[in-house]
Amino acid sequence: MTNVETVIDVKGLTKVYGDKTVVDHFDLKVPRGAVYGFLGPNGSGKTTTIRMVCGLLVPNDGSGTCLGFDVIEQSDEIKKRVGYMTQKFSLWEDLTIRENLEFVARMYEMDNRNERVDETLKDLGLYARANQLAGSLSGGWKQRLALAACMMHEPELLLLDEPTAGVDPKARREFWDTIHDVADRGVTILVSTHYMDEAIQCDYIAYIAYGKKLIDAPSHELVERVGLHTWRVEGKGLSALSKKLTGANGVENVARFGTALHVSGMDADALRQAISPYLHDENLSWQEKKPGLEEVFIHLMTKTEDNFK
Amino acid sequence: MRSLSFARVKAVLLKEFVQMRRDRMTFAMMIGVPIMQLILFGFAINSDPRHLPTALIDRDQSAMSRSVIKAAENSTFMNITERPNTDAEAENLIREGKVNFILMIPENFARDLVRGERPQILLVADATDPSASSGAVNSMREIVSLGLKRDLEGGLSDLADKPPAVDVVLHKRYNPAGITQYNIIPGLLGIIIAMTMTMITAVAITREKERGTMENLLAMPIKPMEMMVGKVAPYVIIGYIQTLIVLLASEFIFDIPMSGNFSTLFMAVTLYIIVNLMIGFFFSSVAETQMQALQMTFFMLLPQILLSGFLFPFLGMPRWAQMIGQCLPATHFMRLMRGIMLKGAGSADLFASFWPLLVIMVVVGVFAMLRYKQTLD
Repeated sequence: MTNVETVIDVKGLTKVYGDKTVVDHFDLKVPRGAVYGFLGPNGSGKTTTIRMVCGLLVPNDGSGTCLGFDVIEQSDEIKKRVGYMTQKFSLWEDLTIRENLEFVARMYEMDNRNERVDETLKDLGLYARANQLAGSLSGGWKQRLALAACMMHEPELLLLDEPTAGVDPKARREFWDTIHDVADRGVTILVSTHYMDEAIQCDYIAYIAYGKKLIDAPSHELVERVGLHTWRVEGKGLSALSKKLTGANGVENVARFGTALHVSGMDADALRQAISPYLHDENLSWQEKKPGLEEVFIHLMTKTEDNFK
Repeated sequence: MRSLSFARVKAVLLKEFVQMRRDRMTFAMMIGVPIMQLILFGFAINSDPRHLPTALIDRDQSAMSRSVIKAAENSTFMNITERPNTDAEAENLIREGKVNFILMIPENFARDLVRGERPQILLVADATDPSASSGAVNSMREIVSLGLKRDLEGGLSDLADKPPAVDVVLHKRYNPAGITQYNIIPGLLGIIIAMTMTMITAVAITREKERGTMENLLAMPIKPMEMMVGKVAPYVIIGYIQTLIVLLASEFIFDIPMSGNFSTLFMAVTLYIIVNLMIGFFFSSVAETQMQALQMTFFMLLPQILLSGFLFPFLGMPRWAQMIGQCLPATHFMRLMRGIMLKGAGSADLFASFWPLLVIMVVVGVFAMLRYKQTLD
């Protein structure tokens, strides 16, 4: 194992395609053993950033290290020690499950190849189906196989690019259990997602939009850092209220949580001002509350809805 | 057939036009191929070749021998390009394919002619490609008597009447019966290998790109060289199987003689297979999709068939077409195969055709390595 405490340490990473800056001066520090979440809308540059970290793309600007190796000069060394799970299933659909794993094992020149492959198949619960073509697996199984394949060489860092896209909720939950198990063994994990419930499970969260990092903090500090204020309102006529408040001065977003509305804004006084006409409405019951990560994410997302402008 | 909707037809039609415009490669092919065909068929190929290179040995050096030579050149069938000193040198020239004919006029030709002793003139033709040599071979006797007509006027006119004053001896080398298959079958192997080997490697890597598996491959610690060797090696075996099939067919079905040795043949085939696999690998590093890779293969195949001497005599093509032909691996492989199988040439005789293949291999290999991207950029 390489002996660095900051597993990913990059500064000013920039990637330009034509006249579009996809990733714009991106800094990132990921400590060893952390589960680091990349959250952000589609097209915000999450995939491009991950690809630059593992040497699949050469940045136009910026520098840094991954596992202590230079991301531009030493990508061969990085590739040996990193497991990368692509967003789209990228194992060979016309090879069997076993053949896929054997191929990966050979690529990383593993010892005891057969035992390692057998072990992986048993852990996966695919031992009985090892000779089935990978292409015939369902989405959830493909995802598990892909994760197992990129972990076979015992990487120190896992890069997971939207690993749970298109996977059912039960499989997603199991997937995250696996991720926590792996992290407990000391493997650092960088995972991109646009599910809030997944982001909440990360130790650190970086929110990305327009190729820029808007916020980057340990998840328990995130709410404070953003400095959002929230009122919770319950009662009748919430839809009408929601329409009235949306876009009002001081109101940054209005989101429905179960039977209630959460009305949030950055400026506490302006927010109070905005809701004051409805504050004493007898059909409504208002309550100021400490915002949760959900409100913060919704706040960040509504601020950065469209990345294709 | 109720209610055919013009709007829907138009929708499909417009969509096709838009997609055609986006797919530059296909569009370029649709315009490029006809232009290339026009040029190649219109100007380059020539099924009735003239001005074929000829080696001359004139041991008489008389006015009459010069008349014969002049007549031969005036016939436009031959151009005297070489004047070797010995028979052995002349033999080498024809075996290496540098000349199509050897014209030999013996000592005392004029003296014997005047004495009425019917001296011999020897025309050796490389009949590997019957269509290239037949013109000169069929009219040589007439050419000689026409050339000597003026010399034999006056006092010697009685010699002209007694036909023929000169005994023209014709030697058709390598394929005396003029069987087309002798020429086509060994060359065909070159076309088969060029087509399949290039296509299969070109597609093998673009398929990874299309299916998204390339990203996975590139994320693993594999070096470009490892990738190239791994991708190319399996198909070398396929190339050998193809060669075996063609050789068996030429032996048992077409009765084509195998005058050379198998080790030279094996060397030539191996080199040629590798060259074509490298070309395929190069294409796959340029093309984004399998379709593009196939189009490139086709684009490359057309000149390989037309300008390599496979169907039409190489030396009968105009100079510029020969120069393009020299850059094509198939051209050199044709010479190697015909040289080995029909002429019994050894590796030393064929060095002139071996080294260009080596050069092409190195150049294409270097370009492929430079083009091959280890990243997704």
